[in-house]
Amino acid sequence: MGVVSMLVVPFEKIRPEHAPLVGGKALSLAALAQGGAMVPDGLAVTTEAYHRFLTESGIATRIRRELSRRPIEQMRWEEMWDTSLRIRNAFIKTPVPSQVRRSLLKAVLKRFEGRPVAVRSSAPGEDASGQSFAGLHESYLNVREAPAILRHIQLVWASLWSDAALLYRKELGLDIEKSAMAVVVQELVPGNRSGVVFGRHPVKSNCVVVEAVHGLNQGLVDGTVAPDRWTLDRRTGDLMEFYPADREMHVVLSREGVEVRRLPKARASRSPLSDADLRRVYALAMHLGQKFRAPQDVEWTYRQSRLYVLQSRAITTGNHGEGDKRAWYLSLRRSFGNLLELRARIENDLIPKMDEEARRWKEDRLHDLADGALLAEVARRYDRYQEWLSRYWEECIPFAHGVRLFGQFYNDAMQPEDPYEFVELLSGGGLESVKRNEALQRLAARARANTRLFLALERGEPEDGQESFWTELDVFASALAGDAGEEDGSHEGRKAIAALLVRMAKQPSAKASLPPRDKHALEKAFLAKFRGKKRKEAEELLDLGRSSYRLRDDDNIYLGRIARQVDVARDEAKRRGLPLPIGLSQSLSMRPTGGQQHAAKTITQARLDFELRARQLTGQPAGPGLGSGCARLIRCPQDLFGFQSGEVLVCDAIDPSMTFVIPLAGGIVECRGGMLVHGAIIAREYGIPCVTGVQDALRMIETGTHLQVDGYLGIVTIG
Amino acid sequence: MRKNAARSADPADPLNVVRQLLSSQQVAVLATHNQGQPYGTLVGFSISPDLKFIFFATSRSTRKFANIMADDRTAMTFDDRTHAAADFYDAVGVTACGRSTEVSKSRRSADLRRFLAKHPHLHEFVMSPNCAFLRLRVEKYVMVRRFQDVVELWVS
Repeated sequence: MGVVSMLVVPFEKIRPEHAPLVGGKALSLAALAQGGAMVPDGLAVTTEAYHRFLTESGIATRIRRELSRRPIEQMRWEEMWDTSLRIRNAFIKTPVPSQVRRSLLKAVLKRFEGRPVAVRSSAPGEDASGQSFAGLHESYLNVREAPAILRHIQLVWASLWSDAALLYRKELGLDIEKSAMAVVVQELVPGNRSGVVFGRHPVKSNCVVVEAVHGLNQGLVDGTVAPDRWTLDRRTGDLMEFYPADREMHVVLSREGVEVRRLPKARASRSPLSDADLRRVYALAMHLGQKFRAPQDVEWTYRQSRLYVLQSRAITTGNHGEGDKRAWYLSLRRSFGNLLELRARIENDLIPKMDEEARRWKEDRLHDLADGALLAEVARRYDRYQEWLSRYWEECIPFAHGVRLFGQFYNDAMQPEDPYEFVELLSGGGLESVKRNEALQRLAARARANTRLFLALERGEPEDGQESFWTELDVFASALAGDAGEEDGSHEGRKAIAALLVRMAKQPSAKASLPPRDKHALEKAFLAKFRGKKRKEAEELLDLGRSSYRLRDDDNIYLGRIARQVDVARDEAKRRGLPLPIGLSQSLSMRPTGGQQHAAKTITQARLDFELRARQLTGQPAGPGLGSGCARLIRCPQDLFGFQSGEVLVCDAIDPSMTFVIPLAGGIVECRGGMLVHGAIIAREYGIPCVTGVQDALRMIETGTHLQVDGYLGIVTIG
Repeated sequence: MRKNAARSADPADPLNVVRQLLSSQQVAVLATHNQGQPYGTLVGFSISPDLKFIFFATSRSTRKFANIMADDRTAMTFDDRTHAAADFYDAVGVTACGRSTEVSKSRRSADLRRFLAKHPHLHEFVMSPNCAFLRLRVEKYVMVRRFQDVVELWVS
């Protein structure tokens, strides 16, 4: 085996001219190994293997389809994640062409038989761009057996299209025709102390920085384990500063992959590196800096007294300019441990306190306040709202990553046809909006069974003996008003709910959320895949995923209630004609989305006598199924009360206050994209066909137009 | 003329995409029918500045001419395929639907000039006695992008 096959090149045969074939990481590791450095034995699976997989399996067409659903520059980060998930699933589900498969298996078996390996990305051209893109692509540790290695090679290939890579597609020059991924397969060194050395301090250029942890390097790289940190004089290696960490955890090899474990006390009390170890790491950085003629960022590990180089690359700057939110998006990807902490904070602290605050405010007698006190109250509430909002961004939004983490885990284990099958397993956990809908369904069922009640409802006038029914209706109207920004318990609200109930009662059987039976079977099949410790991990991840999924829905509702109470105080001040500070003149709770009403029609009409009509719009398939009916555009809360059974709900983004009409809907079309937006979650909950990310929906569709919603392919056909 | 001009046109301005595509292409597929049997042929074409008419020429003895004489409802399809797999998602396709009629000799000078400016090699063909010069009066354009995005532009 050698360069001849070009599918695989062992480290010892890699030459500089192979750069486009083996990628930057493989090239530098091979150069290190050939120069006598201690580098774990390895080989590169070339970009040719990637290309053959792509073209021979037909997956290139699939990627093209996913990338062309809508322009990437118009996608929200969530949509990029969805796109990337679908591509990743396609990579997992598509078998490697037999000839390529045979060559890879043969090479891997020959080199590593019986030994665990690391499977790492080595994208060509990445290092040449002069920017740091660490973490865009995947790497896997402790992979055993040839078929598993092959599967992980596919996963690394797929990571060429990770959400992070899509974010940085311009800098990476990501292109289906030109981009490719090489993979390093390397013997795994079970190091007991590991770290990173920066051959030049990012700010103080006369310094070198060393970071080290007990155990494997992964804990440091992904941020789960805090490192001890030394700053050394770059010229002499003398110690300038030392910051020990609270050494609690370390990452170790498990049967398959790695796991985070508590560090035994004896080791926790000492630094991972002795003075002599530190000197050797410093010397290594200096040596590599000279060899590659540029300060290096080196990952290393000690296995007992042997120091291995895991990676070395030139230090690059990570500065992508101001206003660049991409680093923030990527920071949303959280580890399991971090998500557990977030969950505890949100469930035990954030939500109960938000709920309590909104309740307290609701009971305040604003009418009794003097003008000055009222204005102070408006300002205080507004400030509090801003505080809740920032906590929402800091805690709730990153927590949504729990769904993603579980989704990836599920797809890797189950390799389902539908990459969103995992959502079935997460739903049904008692979403606030579903609970509320069920209450409405119960009222409708009572009216359906009782003609007198039905007729009273139609007239909108209670009769004697129906008190409990009307009280419950009022409670519902009031709860809804609290979210939708209506006057509490208004006559209008009550009438509208009564009219809605009449429509629901006329339906022979209203849609209920999906039966739990299938979910149990799905859960059983999922958990049956795991034994022992892995099973526990799967159960914990499922639990976390469920909590993340539920909160994704509920947190909106709680924040909405806070916003509503700010508006109540603001409205009272307005009523008295008091001067409101700038920023408070607008309502915080649901606003009409009328700003989007300008039609494309007028643009073209002004120039020539053409009228633009959409025939078919594409978005993302967010709830499987086919549905059809007349469109009902929802631009403000009042539009909801006209909603007729079987209509297709078309809106900018489904707001929690809208969900009560969902069981009546024949389909849902949302301008905002993503599989995990509120609308998509609720649609799946009720099994309603849903397409999200149809950016022009409100511009191109009119209420009353007949629509067909294809929730399998993400297509809306008009007329 | 750039082959893929339509792809770089502002996607928010569909009319401009149509203009770019029709300006960049030499031939299109003309669809007619004979008693319900559809029939497609390649024809050279030109457009009017306001995009409301498309001009093409054919011999009076062709099947397509006979079809048009029997039923003037016609369609013409334009695209910027490059015959690569990427076409499925990257190519822009536009179909013009409307009615075709022969342009009388007395009224065709400016339109014919434009047609021959685009297809100078067809001069002899167009000028031959048995050749008919026709125009398709566009009722609507149907444009497909990104494989499934479909919009219609109706002449009002």
